[in-house]
This record gives sequence, structure tokens and C-alpha cells, in this order.
Amino acid sequence: MTAFPWLSAAIWIPILFGVFLLWAGRDGSAGVVRAVALVASLIGLLATAPVVSGFDLQRAGLQFEEKAVWIGTLNANYHLGVDGLSIWFVPLTAFITVIAVLAGWKAIGERVAQYYASFLILSGLLIGVFSAVDGLLFYVFFEATLIPMYIIIGVWGGPNRVYAAIKFFLYTLLGSLLFLVSLVYLYQGSSGSFDIFAWQRMPIGLTAQILLFLAFFAAFAVKVPMWPVHTWLPDAHVEAPTAGSVVLAAIMLKLGAYGFLRFSLPIAPDAAHHLAGFVIALSLIAVIYIGFVALVQTDMKKLVAYSSIAHMGFVTLGFFIFSQIGIEGAIAQMVSHGFVSGAMFLCIGVMYDRTHSRNIADYGGVVNTMPRFAALMMLFTMANCGLPATSGFVGEFMVILGAVQYDFWIGLAAATTLVLGAAYSLWMYKRVIFGGIANSRVAAMPDADGRELLAMGLLAAAVLAMGIYPRPLTDAMHQSVGQLLQQVNHSKLPAGL
Amino acid sequence: MSKFNLSAVLPEAIVLAAACLILVADLFISDRRRNLSYSMSLTALAAAALACWNLLDGQVVQYAFGGMFVTDPMAQVLKLFACLATGLGLVYAQSYARARSMWRGELFSLALFTLLGVMVMISANNLLVIYLGLELQSLALYTLVALERDQPRAGEAAMKYFVLGALASGFLLYGMSMLYGATGTLDINEIAHHIAASQVANRPALVLATVFLVAGIGFKLGAAPFHMWVPDVYHGAPTPVTLLIASAPKIAAFAVAFRLLVEGLAPVSGDWHLMLLLLAMASLAVGNLTAVAQSNLKRMLGYSTVGQMGFMLLAMQSGVAGGTTASAASAYGAAMFYMVTYALATLAAFGVMLLLSRQGFEAEQIADLAGLFRRQPWYAFVMAVAMFSLAGVPPTAGFYAKLVVLQALLADSSSLPVVWIAVIAVLFSLVGAFYYIRVVKVMYFDAPVDQQPFEAAADMKIALTANGLAVLVLGVLPQYLLALCSSAMVRTLGG
Repeated sequence: MTAFPWLSAAIWIPILFGVFLLWAGRDGSAGVVRAVALVASLIGLLATAPVVSGFDLQRAGLQFEEKAVWIGTLNANYHLGVDGLSIWFVPLTAFITVIAVLAGWKAIGERVAQYYASFLILSGLLIGVFSAVDGLLFYVFFEATLIPMYIIIGVWGGPNRVYAAIKFFLYTLLGSLLFLVSLVYLYQGSSGSFDIFAWQRMPIGLTAQILLFLAFFAAFAVKVPMWPVHTWLPDAHVEAPTAGSVVLAAIMLKLGAYGFLRFSLPIAPDAAHHLAGFVIALSLIAVIYIGFVALVQTDMKKLVAYSSIAHMGFVTLGFFIFSQIGIEGAIAQMVSHGFVSGAMFLCIGVMYDRTHSRNIADYGGVVNTMPRFAALMMLFTMANCGLPATSGFVGEFMVILGAVQYDFWIGLAAATTLVLGAAYSLWMYKRVIFGGIANSRVAAMPDADGRELLAMGLLAAAVLAMGIYPRPLTDAMHQSVGQLLQQVNHSKLPAGL
Repeated sequence: MSKFNLSAVLPEAIVLAAACLILVADLFISDRRRNLSYSMSLTALAAAALACWNLLDGQVVQYAFGGMFVTDPMAQVLKLFACLATGLGLVYAQSYARARSMWRGELFSLALFTLLGVMVMISANNLLVIYLGLELQSLALYTLVALERDQPRAGEAAMKYFVLGALASGFLLYGMSMLYGATGTLDINEIAHHIAASQVANRPALVLATVFLVAGIGFKLGAAPFHMWVPDVYHGAPTPVTLLIASAPKIAAFAVAFRLLVEGLAPVSGDWHLMLLLLAMASLAVGNLTAVAQSNLKRMLGYSTVGQMGFMLLAMQSGVAGGTTASAASAYGAAMFYMVTYALATLAAFGVMLLLSRQGFEAEQIADLAGLFRRQPWYAFVMAVAMFSLAGVPPTAGFYAKLVVLQALLADSSSLPVVWIAVIAVLFSLVGAFYYIRVVKVMYFDAPVDQQPFEAAADMKIALTANGLAVLVLGVLPQYLLALCSSAMVRTLGG
């Protein structure tokens, strides 16, 4: 008996609901549309539960594998599966989609059906990226995510949304097109296979590996985003609607980092070692320089966007120190950042819905009018600067530990994030939340309502759970990371070179 | 070989008969009952398509008219899509043509004659037959461009098209005459035999012939630097005619390129292979860069066509280098798939433009699409799918077209730096993505300017919906069409 295709269910249930909303949804029945979207996202989340509960911790290879012929002429398969590297991103995506549905509940009043349909379709596509193990299938999902996000930013975004949407689209497309060329190159080199695992086993010469690595890098570094190709992110975040920012920060940035794990490291390991110094340098620039940039922002969304870049610098740093603790820490940081950055954007969205301002200077003393909100935001701010017992601590600590083992000075440079992160996060929190009530608009802010508290509460629970007991998280990835490290440390140069 | 073999030309016979019948019958049909001609044309197109489909089934290469005419699987697939494109073109033309007193018998019979020319070109196995088909197609199109005769712009476009088209025909004819002089035969298979057996004494004449033929094909495809007529004619012609020019004749030009270069001049492929590569790179650069500056959607699509043809030529030129029949079949199959998906997406784009046009209003500026998402979300979606397909973004059919072309290109194991050619090609397609997604931007992000409600005939709505969905469905499940193209190509080359 073949097992029930849970991964396919997690991909296609949201997409089909999205298509249904596009077809049937009207603005006149916005309430029904919202309810359907919420139900769809919850069903999507439920569909990922068996994937987590049935995951075998002792196996490094693929689980929940599904394989069917997709494009026979090209030998491309509909091949899905999760391993320790991707397992957490499937439920994370479904979970964040629930939060995104809640986040847009009241703020979006027109084209509601299309709005929710975009998010549901996006959710399915993102799960598709994390579970595809066929190169072409991965690429199709990876690229297809651009379209709904482009529409979300462009239609429901802020005043400068058109510029931000086009910049977002073209920037990411530039990277992905080079990635496409490298996929076709690998397809030819493996005599007609799109199987990622076949590519990982295939010997490749050093020059080719370096070119492949750079092409992958173009796609993934833009997506992460790494300094200096990060400039689309602050624009996209600032203009996107709240839920768009949440999904962008929590999930879409992970696509790039995940790509490093799935493609760059195992397919071009020698090039990865050759260019590790370069990537580490860029990561440290992201951590330190972008940390300073975040410090001087006056727009809350921009500040959190820059802090995202700094945090993602930690992820790439963790990958390229090639140690178990570094890579596991980096994946933990990815998951944690999914919760924390999503929560930060949600908090900003809650305030923005009330005052329609993102400027730090327009706030002050919010704690007086919104005490419950302020308490929850405190937690997320602390998690953002990596306080122990929050999820932010786990990944950062592991990566710093790994970095110190690798090279003390790199570890030291990375550790400055604890200071910088605390500085920009807490300073923003202080200016916005504490002090006397700054103006009449702040005085008129009602405290968070049940829906907002629910969304924030769910995220808070996740942040605390992961911070207090991170072991299930790392246990699941242990075997696969070990296998990945073996691949990375094993030269793939053809014999005789 | 010597017999007429009329069963092989059944599709052409149907189209010819229908064109003549409509030409005469329409004289006796009043304006009110013009739909009769329209339904007759659509019936004839459906019958011709069916005939192509029947011939395709398990077919090997057949000759007719003493070897002057060939029907092979490639020809049938291309003809099938040419019939489909012409049919969709007529359906889309409906409301536009009615509003401009173009809804006359001439439109139908000329469109059918164009299609006949296209089909003859696709199946020609003789230099003179190619020329015959080409002229039949071109003369019908010149007239169609000028159909709206009170419009000075249409007259200008027709003139331009005629002069440059005649020049292109001249190039082709000149090349053909030199080829005839060098080989002593008009039959394409014979030409290949002669050259392969090194019976050609005058090699310079052969090379010169190749140059002229490539130039003529470049004109017909609209590849740079022979693309000058494309934007002007696209812009000046009435939109339904632009649609006809942009779809079936491109398919025919591809077929002619295949017949002349791949079948006839295969032994000198080393010569034309690089010429095509240069045309391809020039087209990618000129087409994509110039399209960015256009504010008129028809001109933009014209320039973008130039870029698209560049991409197609990349696959075309890489068929030779692999050396094996299998690699050649996969490269020409890729080019063919590219043409078909390009035609489908272009049809949808022009269909939406025609839907928005009405009496006294041409929806041809990009700005005219503003806010379409708010007015007609479904047709905005169809247009968006067409644009994403032309840009090559998954999940649309255009993505696989780009993919198979890149694959054919990188399969080339010759000394060319194919990886860098591929990188340049995708960078230009990034430029292309900019102006395609700008159209999506205008439709989705801008506020509507034009608030007039628009009415469309039911058959047009159904056709446009089916067309958009086809591009999308082929983007999720492209297997069927890919297999159709590649197996047709394998059987054609194998025979």
C-alpha cells in the first residue's frame, strides 16, 4: 500500500482553494471569502502535521517520497520528498500562511478574494519549493512564487508599490535565469537527468564547479538576500502589505538559504570550499554593516527589513564554516527567523492599521494605550536580539560556537550581532513603546483585539517553545546534516586532477 | 513519386475550395447575414485541421505532385497550428472588424488564402513551390493590411510591407536561382544529394546562395538586421491583421528555414550555422532593447517578436552541431515548440487587445490596458498569462520553450562557447521580462482610465478563455505538446 501523499496534499490543497476563491470569490461576500481562506490555510496546516509526526529521525535520506513521470521527453519527474534539511520549512510555511490570513483580515477591503487567493497559491508553491527534489520541478516552483508576490506587492502595497514590485521581480529573475542555465548545464552533464541527487553524485571539474557555484550564488544570494544584492528587500518590505511582508521575511528569504543547502554545497563542494572565504566575508558584512544600517532607520519596517538581512547573514555564515553545529545552527536560525521576523512585521502591521504610519517618530508611549500588545511585542523584540529562552538565541549561539571553532576572529565578528541586534531592536522598542503618550493618534490606539492577539499569541508560543526546548528541531536535522557534511567534505573533482 | 497523391494534400484542398467558395458566395450574402461566411470559414478551418490531424496519425513522409510537395509529421503539426491560429484570429477579429466595416467576404477569403500560402510553404519540397506559397501568403497579407483603406496609416503600412516583402522575396529568389545554377535542380532533396556528393563545381555560388537564402528567411521571420518592417507593419495594420501576420506566417517562415537550410543545405551547415547564430544574437539584442522604449503595445509586441525569433534561431542553429539525428531532432523540435507556444501566447495577447477595442477606439497603447484587473479580472489574467509566457516565467508554456532551447543550445558540443551564449541569451530575456511585466503592472497596479463597459461575442470569450488556459495548462503539463513536436521531428528527420 502506498502511503497517502501528504506533501502533495500540502501543496495542492491551498492552491486549489486559491483557484476556487479566484473563481467564486466576490468583494460582496468578503466575510465568506475570509472564512474560506482561513479554513483553507488551517487544512493546509493540518496536512503538514503527518509529515512532522511521521518523520523518522534516524534516516538521512528522503522521506514521504512521491515520484511520478511529469515531462517524459525531458526526463523530468514530479518527485517530492523531505529530509532533515527541508522538514521544518513545510509546516513553517503552512503555519505562517495561517498568520498571514489573520494579518490581512481587516486591513484589506478590496479585491479580498484575489488577495487571499494569492496567499494560498503562494503557500502551496513555497511548500513545493521545499519538497521538490527534481531540479526542474524545483525551478518551476521557485520561479512561480514570484508571480503572486509581485501581484501582492503591486496591488495591495503602499504608495511606491510599483517600483518595489518591479524591482523585486527583476532582481530575483536575474539570479534565477543564471540558475536556469546552470540547471540545463547539469542536465546535459548528467546525460539527461533532472534528479538533484544524481547531480550531487556526479563528478565535475573545478572550473565548471566554480561557474555553477556562481550561477547558483546569483540566484540564492539575491533571494537570501546577501550584501550587496540586498537592496530590493527594504523596498519590497516597506511597500508590501503586512501579510506580504510576513510571508516575504518568514518564508521567501529561506528559499535562497535552502537553495545553498540543496544545490550549492552538495553539487559544487570543491567550489564551495574555494569560495568559502568570499561568502563568509559577505556574510560578516551583512551582519555588521547592515546591523549599523538598521540602527539608523527611521521607518520601522525598514529597520526590521535590515535586521532580516543581518540575521540571514548568520545563516550563510553558518553554512560556510562547514561544521555540524554551524549548519544546524543556521537552519535553526532560519526557522527562528521565520517566526520572529514574521512576528515583528505583524506587530508593525498592527500599529500601522491604527495610525497608518510606520515612522518611529510618530509613536511613543504605546504601552500606555496597548499594554497587551506591548507585552507580546517585547517578547518578539527580545527574540530578535537573541535573548536566551527565545528561539533567536538557539541558532545564533550555535553559529557563533561553530564560527569560534572555525576561526576565533570570525566568531568574534559574528558575535557583535548580539550587541548590534540588541541596540537596534531595543532602541526601536524603547522609542515606540515606552515614554509618555507622544500624540493624539497614539492616545486613540485601541489595544490589540482577539484576532491580533491570536496571531501574535501563536507566534509567541512558537518562539518560546523553540527557545526553551529546541531539541526536536535539531534532532530531526541531525542525520541529514551529517550526510550533507560528508558530501561537502568529499571532493567531486574527476579522478586524475 | 510521380503520382499526384491527392490524399496527401487534402487539408490544402479544403482550404482552397473554401476560399474560392466564400469569395463567390459572399457576393450574394447581405451584410446582415455575413455570419454565414464566418461560419463557413470556421468550418473549413476545422475540417482542414481535422485532415491534418488524420494525416499525422502514424504517418511517414509522403510526397505529392511528383515530389514537389511533401507531407511529413512536422508539416502536419505546423499546419494544424496554422489552422488553429487563423481560426482564432477570425474569432478574435469579429467585433473589431464589425465596428470598422471590415467584416466582409474579403477578410475571410484573404485569410484563407494566407493560410493556404502558409500551408504550401510548410509542405514545399521544391524551390519554386516555396516561392509560390510565399507569394500567395504575402499578396493576401498585403491586401489584408490595406483592408481598412480609409486609414492612411494602414495604407502606409501596406506599402512598407509590400516594398520590403518584395525585397525579401527578391533575396530568396536570387538565392534560389544561384542554388539552381550551382546544383542544376529545384528539388530540395536532390539539392542536398548533389552537394553531399560533391558534385557542386562552383562553391562560391553555393555560399552566396546560402547568404541570400538566410537573408530572405531573416526577413520573413523578422530577425535583426532584417526586422525593420516588423514594428511599422505591426503598428499600422488593423489589429486582427497584425494578429494574422504575427502567428501563421511565422510558423511558415520557420518551416521554410527548415526545408531550405536543414533539408536542402545540410551539407553546408557549417556556413549557415554561424549566420543563424549572428542573426539570433542580433535579434535578441535589438528586439529586446528596443521593445523597452515602446509605449504602443503593438509596436512593443513587434519588437519583442524580433527578440523571440532570436531565441528560436538559437535552437535552430544548434541542431547541426550535435551531429546525430537524435540531437538534431531535439534541437529542431525545440525550435518548433518555441514557435507554437510563441504563437499561442501572441494570439492571446492580441485577442485581449481586440476585446478592448471598440467603435472609434483602438486599444493599442500599453496605457489603454490600465486597471484592466479592476474592470475584467479574467481577461487581465489571460493577458498576464500571455505576457508571463512570452517572458518565459513558469508556470506558463513559454518557460518550457526557453528551457528546451537552452537545452538544445548547451547540447552543442562544438567549439562555440555555448554556455556564454546561453548566459547572454537569458540576460536579454531578462530585459524582455521588464517590458512584459510592465504590461502586467499597468493592468494590475494602475487605476483604470477607460471606464466604458465592453461587450464581446460569446464565441470570442470562449476562445480567449481557452487560449489563456491552454498557455497555462501547457505550463503545468507540457509533456503532450513537447512529445508531439519532438516525435514529429524525429519521424520527419528519420524518414
